[in-house]
Amino acid sequence: MHAILPMLLTGGTAALQAGTEAGSQSGAGAFVPFLPGLVVLLPLIGFVINGVLALLHARASAVAVRNGGELDLDGPGGRPLTHTLPTWVGPGVVGLAFLITLVNFVRMLGVHLEEPVVRTYWTWIDTGTFHVAAALQLDQLSMVMMLVVTGVSFLIHVFSVGYMGDDPAYPRYFAYLNLFVFFMLTLVMASSYALMFVGWEGVGLCSYLLIGFWFTDREKADAGKKAFVVNRIGDFGFLVAMFLLFSRFHTLDFVPVFHGAAAGLAYGGGLITAITLFFFLGATGKSAQIPLYIWLPDAMAGPTPVSALIHAATMVTAGVYMVARSSVLYALSPVGSATVAGVGALTAFFAATIALKQYDIKKVLAYSTVSQLGYMFVGVGVGAYAAGIFHLMTHAFFKGLLFLGAGAIIHSMHHALHHTHSHADAQDMRNMGGLRKYMPITWIVMWVATLAISGVWPFAGFFSKDEIIWQAGAFGGAAHAPYPRLYTFYWILALAAALLTAFYMTRLMVMTFHGPNRTGTEESRHLRETPAVMWIPLVTLAALSLFGGWINVPEKLHQSFLGLFGALPMGEWMHHWLEPVTAAAQQIQATHLGAVSESAPFGGGEVLWGVVSFLLAVAVIAFAWRMVGSRKYVPAEESPADTGFARVLNRKWYVDELYDTIVVRPLKSTSRFCWKVIDAGVIDGIVNGLGYLARGLGWFGSLFQTGTVNTYALILSLGVLVILGVVIF
Amino acid sequence: MVVASMILSALLFVVGTLGVLIRRNAIIMFLSIELQLNAVNLAFVALSRVWGIEGQIFVFFVMTVAAAEAAVGLAIIISIFRHYETVNVNNFNLLKW
Amino acid sequence: MVDILFYIFAAVAIGSALGVVMSRNPVGSLLFMVATLASLAGIFVLLEAHFLAAVQVIVYAGAIMVLFLFVIMLLNLGHDYQKDLKWGAFSVLSFIVVGTLAGFLARALGAGSTGDVMSSAGGRSIDAAVSEFGAVGAIARPLFTTYVVPFEITGILLLVAIVGALVLAKRNV
Repeated sequence: MHAILPMLLTGGTAALQAGTEAGSQSGAGAFVPFLPGLVVLLPLIGFVINGVLALLHARASAVAVRNGGELDLDGPGGRPLTHTLPTWVGPGVVGLAFLITLVNFVRMLGVHLEEPVVRTYWTWIDTGTFHVAAALQLDQLSMVMMLVVTGVSFLIHVFSVGYMGDDPAYPRYFAYLNLFVFFMLTLVMASSYALMFVGWEGVGLCSYLLIGFWFTDREKADAGKKAFVVNRIGDFGFLVAMFLLFSRFHTLDFVPVFHGAAAGLAYGGGLITAITLFFFLGATGKSAQIPLYIWLPDAMAGPTPVSALIHAATMVTAGVYMVARSSVLYALSPVGSATVAGVGALTAFFAATIALKQYDIKKVLAYSTVSQLGYMFVGVGVGAYAAGIFHLMTHAFFKGLLFLGAGAIIHSMHHALHHTHSHADAQDMRNMGGLRKYMPITWIVMWVATLAISGVWPFAGFFSKDEIIWQAGAFGGAAHAPYPRLYTFYWILALAAALLTAFYMTRLMVMTFHGPNRTGTEESRHLRETPAVMWIPLVTLAALSLFGGWINVPEKLHQSFLGLFGALPMGEWMHHWLEPVTAAAQQIQATHLGAVSESAPFGGGEVLWGVVSFLLAVAVIAFAWRMVGSRKYVPAEESPADTGFARVLNRKWYVDELYDTIVVRPLKSTSRFCWKVIDAGVIDGIVNGLGYLARGLGWFGSLFQTGTVNTYALILSLGVLVILGVVIF
Repeated sequence: MVVASMILSALLFVVGTLGVLIRRNAIIMFLSIELQLNAVNLAFVALSRVWGIEGQIFVFFVMTVAAAEAAVGLAIIISIFRHYETVNVNNFNLLKW
Repeated sequence: MVDILFYIFAAVAIGSALGVVMSRNPVGSLLFMVATLASLAGIFVLLEAHFLAAVQVIVYAGAIMVLFLFVIMLLNLGHDYQKDLKWGAFSVLSFIVVGTLAGFLARALGAGSTGDVMSSAGGRSIDAAVSEFGAVGAIARPLFTTYVVPFEITGILLLVAIVGALVLAKRNV
């Protein structure tokens, strides 16, 4: 089993090399997609099957509980239905989808695809001038995303089999997970913004379902709600952008929109700027950037594999994918691009500062994700779309690995603490320490991921992160760059964030795996490595984190010693692979920005800065090792609270409290006002008042109905008086 | 004298109306109505001096009809009295519902 | 002379009318009514309507009032001096209404011309008819010629009234 993977890797790289060369040589032959619809459909089928199983399971449990007991897992409606079947169906459908994607990928390698291939299945919306087809688009970019989504999802599904094995809601978990994969694939394979939005909303829904998976805990349910609500705010931006786009192009399909934009839209005009900014608002919600990142740390309430899949590898990258897909639009708008890059750089730095002082292992990783997403946005913001997608891919590998590793640690900690019925927090790093003795495999793979994320050569993160930082400087210093000093600032922020990343990741590793063990003597006896079903995906991802960066080594580095003087296979493979997709945007950039700079803002070429950042990363790691290693930590319950600036960082710069004051409270009091004053007071008051008025009028009228003739005679006389008066005068 | 008769007729009519409004005894109310009729008769007679004999002929008819009406009305009051033992119109308030 | 008599009769008429309305005793009201009718008959005479004066006294004061008296006696009213005059807000309102009505009517009806209206065209034709056919004939002639249809209908009306009164007054129909 372990031997197959390296073989696959070497064989795969050879195939990729051959494929690209063949493709660039022949250029002939059409790309015939192989069952693309099935890729999307398979997870949906998995959802249906697992969903039915979950419903049956819930029914059986309810019956059992009503009869005063628990569900008998060995009886009918037990283990075969609730465990065996989902175990095979859940990962199985995703694995099959991955295989079909591979076939498509290999086919695409052999063909040099210039235009995307769109497969229409049926017409979804057909009203007047608005037509949206349920169609899938297959091109190089969607292929990359499909591979990442199905591949990493498969590994995480396998991991979940072990992690969630003891959870009673096992089939429901896989149902939701499969549903998520379905929606994510819809998102990346959509051929129009409208269909992408379906996937966009769907992954938001699944995020809510999965974050609040253990919904009986109020905090966890609230976290799910928070994620959904904040996402929705971003969705508003997405919708407005779609409206603007439609008003100009009368279609939402990618191919006609991008052709039309490249040909017709004014560079830097108001419309395109508005469109890009509103799309980016959606991206800040989905991909957790400032100001809508606040849901992602709370989302750690969900199961750890969910955090790995949704909040590290796939869903949060939807925003980056969307910007990369809309590369033409962003290339046309310097303001929009600068905003994207700026928010990304700021978020990268800001989130990294918070991660420095978090004690929950998942929270550190959550803020790290926010920070790394910021990097991706810097990439696609400055105009290096391939670099952004490349970092997306490598991040999926090492962040997925980090989260799964954290999951393994938490799994073991839970197991150990359960034995002594301790109530200590299984996720607090102050309760860990010295775990490398008990969990060696996890220790090694987590170090691989840490080196990758810190940008240490030759791990994956070095190439992807450094390229982004370099491109920020390159585009900022371009011949006709619009905001050179701003981009220099972004460059500095990105560099600083990289150093902070190295620091907090090392801190995490030292606190968790090194030093004395703080879990407790009794508990530590039960700490052990996770079962194979959980560490095999870890090892796979570790290999990808190590070798995955070699598919896109920038040309300059590739020729230098950093690329082993050209010995590293594949050179700028991904860059070339994505070229047909980014060509239109690159042309616009060439026209309006001129040639990119060959040196960084403060001088020095690409190789020099590659070496410098590598040395800086190593230095920070060493520094953090010394500093964190020399601290004496105590278990969480006995630890003193942080003070001063450390406290500010630990309380995440009080952003949630700020939002609560300026957004949530006014909203609540406004709605209270609307309820008490306007609805109950005015509107109900008017309605009730009308009733009272009718009653009063009725009472007044009843006064005249005395029944005696005299009264009626009086009224009669009054009437005569009136008539006479009118006649006489 | 014609004009003075007209004014007198108006005053008598008004007194009759007052009687209808403020008396509760049904028979006296009826009597007040007769007073009203007489006032009108006076007006007719006075105006016959201006416009011819038709006025007096009409008075003739009015008297006849008044007699018939008085007969029938009093018969009604008698039959009501048999039921209610009183002619106080306050008790005849079935019109209230 | 005629004017003085007229004013005397008018004063009596109004005084008696007020007596009708204000009297506590029903029999008293009735007698006041008779007085009013009599004074009205006098005014009729002054207006040269002799036949009608006679009919007024005979039919109205003589028959109809007697009918009322019989009914009052039959129902044995007048013994319990129950307050049957409505005082209170209602009567104040009634007075106001009635007073306003009086004002209107007086204004409307009294707006006549000065001069001897008694001898205008109508009056002269009546005098001519009276002198030719006598007082009764002056009325009888148009009654049986031009207005014979209403006359006959009035006869039927009286018949109906008799039948109706009889039916209503029966004890067990």
